[in-house]
Amino acid sequence: MKQYFRWVLKVLTVFDWPLLALLILMAGLGLVIMHSAVGGTDWRFASQVRNYSLAFIALWFVAAVPPKYWLKLAPALYVVGVLLLVAVEFFGETSKGATRWLDLGVIRIQPSEMLKLTVPMMLAWYFQQLEAKRMRLLDLLAAIILLAIPFVLIVRQPDLGTALLVLLSGFFVIYFAGLSFRLLVPLGVVMAVGLGTMVYFETDICQPEVDWVVMHEYQKNRVCTLLNPSSDPLGKGFHTIQSMIAIGSGGVYGKGYMEGTQAHLDFVPERTTDFIFAVYAEEFGLYGGVMLLVLFALFIVRGLFISARATTQFGRLLAGALSMTFFVYVFVNIGMVTGILPVVGVPLPFMSYGGTALLTLGIACGLLMSINHYRQPSQAR
Amino acid sequence: MFEFKKTSHEQKRKVWLRLWVAGIFVVVCFFLLVGRLWYLQVERYEGLAARADENRIAVVPIPPRRGEILDRNGAVLARNYRDYTLEVIPAEVSDLKAMLNTLSQLVYISPTSQKRFLQRVNQSSRYARVMLRNNLNETEAAWFAAHAYKFPGVTLNARWVREYPHGSSAAHVLGYVGRISEQDLERLERDGQLGNYRGTHNIGKKGIEKTWEHVLHGQTGVEEVEVTATGRPVRTLRRTDPVPGSDLILSLDLGLQQLVEKEFQGKRGALVAIEPETGEVLAFVSAPSFDPNLFIDGIDVDNWRMLNESEDHPLINRPLYGTYPIGSTYKPFVALAALELGVRDAKTKIYDPGYFELGRQRFRNAGSIAYGQTDMYRALVKSSDTYFYSLGPEIGVNALHDFSKQFGFGQYTGIDLDGERRGILPSTDWKEKAFRKPEQQRWYAGETVSVAVGQGYNSFTLLQLAQATAVLASKGVYMTPHLVNLVRNSQTGLLKKTVTEPSHVVDLKPENIEVIENALAGVVNEGTARVAFDGAPYQAAGKTGTAQVFSLRGAEYKSSQLDERLRDHALFMAYAPTVKPRIAVALIVENGGWGSTVAAPIARKVFDYWLKADTNTTLAEVNP
Repeated sequence: MKQYFRWVLKVLTVFDWPLLALLILMAGLGLVIMHSAVGGTDWRFASQVRNYSLAFIALWFVAAVPPKYWLKLAPALYVVGVLLLVAVEFFGETSKGATRWLDLGVIRIQPSEMLKLTVPMMLAWYFQQLEAKRMRLLDLLAAIILLAIPFVLIVRQPDLGTALLVLLSGFFVIYFAGLSFRLLVPLGVVMAVGLGTMVYFETDICQPEVDWVVMHEYQKNRVCTLLNPSSDPLGKGFHTIQSMIAIGSGGVYGKGYMEGTQAHLDFVPERTTDFIFAVYAEEFGLYGGVMLLVLFALFIVRGLFISARATTQFGRLLAGALSMTFFVYVFVNIGMVTGILPVVGVPLPFMSYGGTALLTLGIACGLLMSINHYRQPSQAR
Repeated sequence: MFEFKKTSHEQKRKVWLRLWVAGIFVVVCFFLLVGRLWYLQVERYEGLAARADENRIAVVPIPPRRGEILDRNGAVLARNYRDYTLEVIPAEVSDLKAMLNTLSQLVYISPTSQKRFLQRVNQSSRYARVMLRNNLNETEAAWFAAHAYKFPGVTLNARWVREYPHGSSAAHVLGYVGRISEQDLERLERDGQLGNYRGTHNIGKKGIEKTWEHVLHGQTGVEEVEVTATGRPVRTLRRTDPVPGSDLILSLDLGLQQLVEKEFQGKRGALVAIEPETGEVLAFVSAPSFDPNLFIDGIDVDNWRMLNESEDHPLINRPLYGTYPIGSTYKPFVALAALELGVRDAKTKIYDPGYFELGRQRFRNAGSIAYGQTDMYRALVKSSDTYFYSLGPEIGVNALHDFSKQFGFGQYTGIDLDGERRGILPSTDWKEKAFRKPEQQRWYAGETVSVAVGQGYNSFTLLQLAQATAVLASKGVYMTPHLVNLVRNSQTGLLKKTVTEPSHVVDLKPENIEVIENALAGVVNEGTARVAFDGAPYQAAGKTGTAQVFSLRGAEYKSSQLDERLRDHALFMAYAPTVKPRIAVALIVENGGWGSTVAAPIARKVFDYWLKADTNTTLAEVNP
């Protein structure tokens, strides 16, 4: 009896309670707003409950495994992920012009989703190996190559959105590992100036005759729609305008739960997936929106805190990178729904409908908890 | 690039610094988002709330009416009619089977369309509208409108439906519209046209419907409708009317087209008639044909299999896609090349013993007839192979290639249909590229001999032959052949001509053209086509031909029909009248046998029809 009790206690202690509390709060809000977004109970609501359960089981399992095993597994997972991407290139299923899925007979998988986790794991593994040594330019190059292989493979699918997210998750590892600010700051300045120029010259560069060379026509259209959404109210700008109306009309206090006219009258596009925040902000207003943002921020801060407390370089880098990737998801999604970023198809963590994204999130949170739980007592050197 | 780190402790401190920077960055970005929410929900609250909460404006696309397609005399070839449909959004229906049961007791829905509906539901997204029933009559529509509240997720819609009143007539020219596929969507997105297709269900898939899609479709309108809390429309606030698609007026003459289609009944083959001076295509026939109306709402399996598996290949656009060695109909162009290049004088006589020898190889006349002393006139009238065999090596394959190219042989003609094949105009360069092994890449002298009589590697579309005939008739002026002659703006009614300038002019000497024309008139007056043109009130010029190889891709033979299907193709090219030619024709009757008995009589009927003053109409004055 006592033994049994101890086992339960042990399994329960793997949780990081602040993180779990935040998770439960967000999942709860997610289900509440999903209920409203689908307009009452229907199969998507039940299915989302199942997705949460699956994600939670994955979280628990991953959290219970000490990080040293994840460290050992990282290169293998990375290689498998890259091989699957190569397999997609040759045997993948093509739908809507992009080849992203791989049919394994039993299940259909999307390997690029897996890479969102294995890439930061692999890079963290790489810098862990370098721990005792001096770092050279060569190491940076090696890290960049490890990052570039999956990136190029995903870009070729083509899936620029996912590729950029994978690239960012890897970039954060390199950043935490010590990429010089002397390199970072100019990069940031160049990008800011580039964006500024684009906004300034919008009317010229968005002419149909102008070819942007580096981007597909549809990608150019997305950026141009962002710069001037009213230029195409039926087409590309439709999503942005409708979600802005929904959010704005929510006002400070919101229209009340299940009372959002824009969402319920079908004006908000993709209201259960990418644009669920518009439904949320319409019904719960500025208060609700800020509250959700605070929850997200606390979650990220907790993640960074776990990173700071981690005792291994692997744990530090991975926890930091995962937290920042989570931040990018939140920022890009809400940015696009509120009309300050282009429509790129990034789901809102814990809120948007979708099993795969939730599973990935669950595993990521599991990794954070595993890193936090299995800390070694700090060794003095 | 990397800052040095010596100990784990130092490393830890470095990471801490970076964590702080990242944390501050996160907080700044979140303040940005909060600021944006503030801007939308507080600063712009009144404006946005006015648009959303008080008015509840729904932006509803109004699909434009698709342009009509008319023949040159105004006969309607493709039009639209109003149709009521029932559509279902599966995600909004709790129990599809139960809904079907209740609904089908009240509105008739056939078992097959129920089955197809369920199939389509499985294939498409749960949020996509799936059609359940079309062609509701007024009573049914009114009845459903009154009972709609019982069927959430089922909507009654009115739509424009395409219709081809003449059925299989000119089907290969018109093509057809069909459901917008994923590939279509992708192309529309690339072209930035996705918004313009909201609310549109069909898109041009083949023929003119496809190549002129951008003109036919029109501009989708927008209606901003005020709706109640339950989504019922109250009033229209703002409306941008759709701009209907432009009408297309073809150069085709439906009477002529149908006359030819009747001639081809029960036969396989193709005919193209062109007005040489303008490049207007007057008739464009591919036999057998199919009914494009079958494709509009998605073709059913039985019909599709019937069309697709028929060994007559009705779906293939023969004038455009079938390539043939055109046999003797090529000879006028070879003769003209000889004159233009100064290789052989028209008066020079060659002795024709019934065969031509090159080294130890012997090339025989068809039927091994010996024509004796033969000049160019006699060679064309009697269709002496030997005369042209001997011309081949004298001209040379590359010189012949360069000359024939100007007439459009082995080139895309530029007609406004898609799926055109280029065929093969052989040259030594071409052979080098077409084959891999060195011994195959070599050009043999004997091959030039067959090429000069239109056999060997030559492989042209019938459209190319018709176009070359038109260029010959217009003394070298190459007008791009076109089916759409005028585009009529649906709002202003202004007509715009599509082709006004020749694309190029072949440099030819009038006296050389005269030699060829005399000989081709001779073919009609005293040669192989004289029976067919007996008593014609106009002077035609033409040349019969026979092609020995069948080259429609994918054709398979059944042994029971082997004999019939291995017969030669009968060909004929001609124009009339010789003074100021008004029509040029090329046609093929597959496995028809002799050009003189099978193909030439059809051309005679075409000329009779077109050159009789009362049936020939000229187009209305073109607006600038």
